[in-house]
Amino acid sequence: METLKFIMNNLPAIGQRTIEHVSIVGVAVSLAILTGVPIGIAITQNKRAADIVLYVAAMIMTIPSIALFGVMIPVLALIGQGIGYLPAVIAVLLYSQLPIIRNTYTAISNVDPALREAARGMGMSSLQRLRQVEIPLAIPVIMAGVRIAVVINIGITAIATYIGAGGLGAFISRGISQTDSRQLITGALAVSLLAIAADYGLLWLQHRLTPVGIRTPRMRTPRAAPGRATA
Amino acid sequence: MIKLENVTKAFETPAGTVVAADRINMEVADGEICVLLGPSGCGKTTTLKMINRLIEPTSGKIYINGKDTDRYDPVELRRTIGYVIQQIGLFPNMTVEENVCVVPKLLGWNLDKAKQRASELLATINLDPALFLKRYPKELSGGQQQRVGVARALAADPPVLLMDEPFGAIDPINREVIQDEFLKMHRRLRKTVMFVSHDIDEAVKMADKVAIFRAGRLEQFASPDDLLAHPANDFIADFVGTDRTLKRLRLVKVGAALEPRAPTVVADDPLDHVLALMREHGQRIVMVVDPSGRPQGFLDRDIVAGLSGTAAEHRANLPATVRIEDDLRTAVSKMFMHDVRWMACVDREGLFAGFVSQRGIARLLGETYRAPAGIPR
Repeated sequence: METLKFIMNNLPAIGQRTIEHVSIVGVAVSLAILTGVPIGIAITQNKRAADIVLYVAAMIMTIPSIALFGVMIPVLALIGQGIGYLPAVIAVLLYSQLPIIRNTYTAISNVDPALREAARGMGMSSLQRLRQVEIPLAIPVIMAGVRIAVVINIGITAIATYIGAGGLGAFISRGISQTDSRQLITGALAVSLLAIAADYGLLWLQHRLTPVGIRTPRMRTPRAAPGRATA
Repeated sequence: MIKLENVTKAFETPAGTVVAADRINMEVADGEICVLLGPSGCGKTTTLKMINRLIEPTSGKIYINGKDTDRYDPVELRRTIGYVIQQIGLFPNMTVEENVCVVPKLLGWNLDKAKQRASELLATINLDPALFLKRYPKELSGGQQQRVGVARALAADPPVLLMDEPFGAIDPINREVIQDEFLKMHRRLRKTVMFVSHDIDEAVKMADKVAIFRAGRLEQFASPDDLLAHPANDFIADFVGTDRTLKRLRLVKVGAALEPRAPTVVADDPLDHVLALMREHGQRIVMVVDPSGRPQGFLDRDIVAGLSGTAAEHRANLPATVRIEDDLRTAVSKMFMHDVRWMACVDREGLFAGFVSQRGIARLLGETYRAPAGIPR
């Protein structure tokens, strides 16, 4: 009850923090897609490179976020950005690499070799094959990686408040330091809801981006369902 | 025309060099279907893929319509060669129309022309364009998908078509249907076709020329009839099967075994006249035909001798007839089914054309064995 009252009284602040939160995750994951997808595609060409890249990305994943923030402070302090928005974005960018690279790599490697052969045999160049066949078919799995990255990093960004990046973590940290369960619960609730909402939003986007011909019936919108062949 | 000159492919493997294709020489004339045949790993698929340079030959030259394929960029080269694979490989993210338009688009055709072409091709392969153009591959049956695969390969009207076991994944009933459709289409389009198969029956049915491979070597390159009649060695004799003479029945039309036009009578002819005709021609059997020439029945000398009356009163019914354009396999099958040694044969209009007999067929097939091989290796 107390918490509810707190929430009602602080809606504008919660909104403000949510925007900060979304902006960190949104910017960082967008950048991560721009780096991770090309890397994931590139490493399909070389098994050894793939092993190394995936290993490094997995290692980054194991660094505790609070430690990563700590390490970045002296480094980024050199350009006067030791704390705040930039280190938060960089951390999220790094943490997003593994799910995005790995899913991209898996999706592209798993494209049916027969399709690749057909594409080559018909005279598609590597780039044409990638653009017309491999990437469209890989979209659902790549998007699944993006969703994982977003959900994980909505959680991680909550900790970025300790380096002054703002976000919904502010309620949680203040709730802990002031032993104020209202703020604590508000922050935790908001972070969870944001993660769930983002996941659903991206699921919808994933569905829309998936080529109609490979959508599963469950994902298919009724409007797009043509009659099935009976023969 | 496709011409292979001393084409060799050697793969380096940890176990040493493997020669997948060893100095292959062959020439397929315009409009012919050449089937590359052999057991798994014999080099037939490697040979096929060297033609569109999916596999680069280690040495040797390949010419298409007199032009050296080495002088083209491999990607550009492939756009001018139709390619069909066993797994079909329709792109699931594209509609049937988009799939068929892939090569025309790569060649820079304008979109309307490409779509127009897709629509025409679908009609050619017996799929209603209005129904199928906008469908996705997963909404088609296996046979329909393979038809679309063939249409896609033909989209830019390439002079040469390469097919890698194209009908291998289709159930036997549909395979026959698609083979027949393909042959029908081929008679109209006259593409030069290279066709990989491991099925001797398919080869006999489809091929103008058969190339049999073993362990990277071209063992025999001949017409199907020649191959069945004169296998060059024991391996090929084994491969084509101990029933190879029966397989030849499929290749020869009834017309070839037709016996000289036998005498006919009409219903009202008296038996005396019939018997006189039999003696005159030295025939035991005389056909009774209607005024237009359609067979109605027959008279057997052993049965009608000494009787009187007209032909109509004594004629026996024909158990069945064969058409002149049927193959001998059909004729023999009908003879066995009805337990007869000869059959009446009719032409396209259903008019009596002559007899075909078991003895005549045996003699005809035997001629090829007595004659020397037609095409030297």
